[in-house]
Amino acid sequence: MAIGWYLTVSALIFAIGAAGVLTRRNPLVILLCLELMLNAANLALVAFSRMWGGEDGQVFALIVMVVAACEVTVGLGLIVALYRRRLPIDVDELNELHG
Amino acid sequence: MSAVLFFIAAIGALTGAIGVITLRNPFYSVLALVVHLICLAVLFLLLRAEFVAAAQVVVYAGAVMVLYVFVVAYVGGGEELAGGTALRILGPLFAIGLAVELCIAMLGSALKGISSKGAPYVLGFGTPRHIGTLFLTKYLFPFEVASLLLLAAAVGAVVLARRRRGLESEDEELELRIRAPRPVYTGTMAEAAGTRAIESAAPEPEAEAEEAPEPTHTGGW
Repeated sequence: MAIGWYLTVSALIFAIGAAGVLTRRNPLVILLCLELMLNAANLALVAFSRMWGGEDGQVFALIVMVVAACEVTVGLGLIVALYRRRLPIDVDELNELHG
Repeated sequence: MSAVLFFIAAIGALTGAIGVITLRNPFYSVLALVVHLICLAVLFLLLRAEFVAAAQVVVYAGAVMVLYVFVVAYVGGGEELAGGTALRILGPLFAIGLAVELCIAMLGSALKGISSKGAPYVLGFGTPRHIGTLFLTKYLFPFEVASLLLLAAAVGAVVLARRRRGLESEDEELELRIRAPRPVYTGTMAEAAGTRAIESAAPEPEAEAEEAPEPTHTGGW
């Protein structure tokens, strides 16, 4: 398959993830949609790496996976902390930054 | 053959992605994301990125998704009410515009490689050996920074999710006790240190004689 097909799939996944971030209100699902967007970027990176025949793009994709894992860890820690404080798990109602 | 596999994997990945944002129950969203990740790993394999595909399945679809499932089970994914904000209409429109713009930007970029099948394949492209060599030579500094970032994230998650209070107040303690009654002859460190009255003392002998449970075999077979 031509590389352009992979890039199209990557663009569609990124747009779907962006739509999810904008429309959903559960922070858990918003984190999942961030994963979608990061994965779309990964797919584009790997496709470009195949296009040029160099492996640097795959190294970038692995680094992106590390960053995504860190983001998930901290995000889920925040959600657990919210739940412990009996705050609503809803980003529309969480609009204050009181410590 | 590779075209058929590409279309199956691409449709699976897109379906999984749409499932993530449309399913109401967060638990099903996580499962849809697992499907999406596995289909994406197939796409990585088609792009000859073997190590990235393996890491995707093992790290992402394995470890990270288990973490998600745990948190969804802990928080309890309630059904989400449909919000009546303007974002619910504007969001999908924005996403469609974004997809069109990205496609125009990438496919219309006049890169020569876009319509080709990629660079000629060299033996060993994308294997762990090549990736590891790159990580330990050319990209050594990003590699070390990534390990530091992982450490910081682990410490940060523990700090964020720990219990902030020391001892619960009395009514919360009572609520906890009702939810999970503590067996007799057990105690807490607070009671042992004398900062709190002993709650689950040994029962009175009369009460014990009154109930007088017959020794029944609850264990065994």
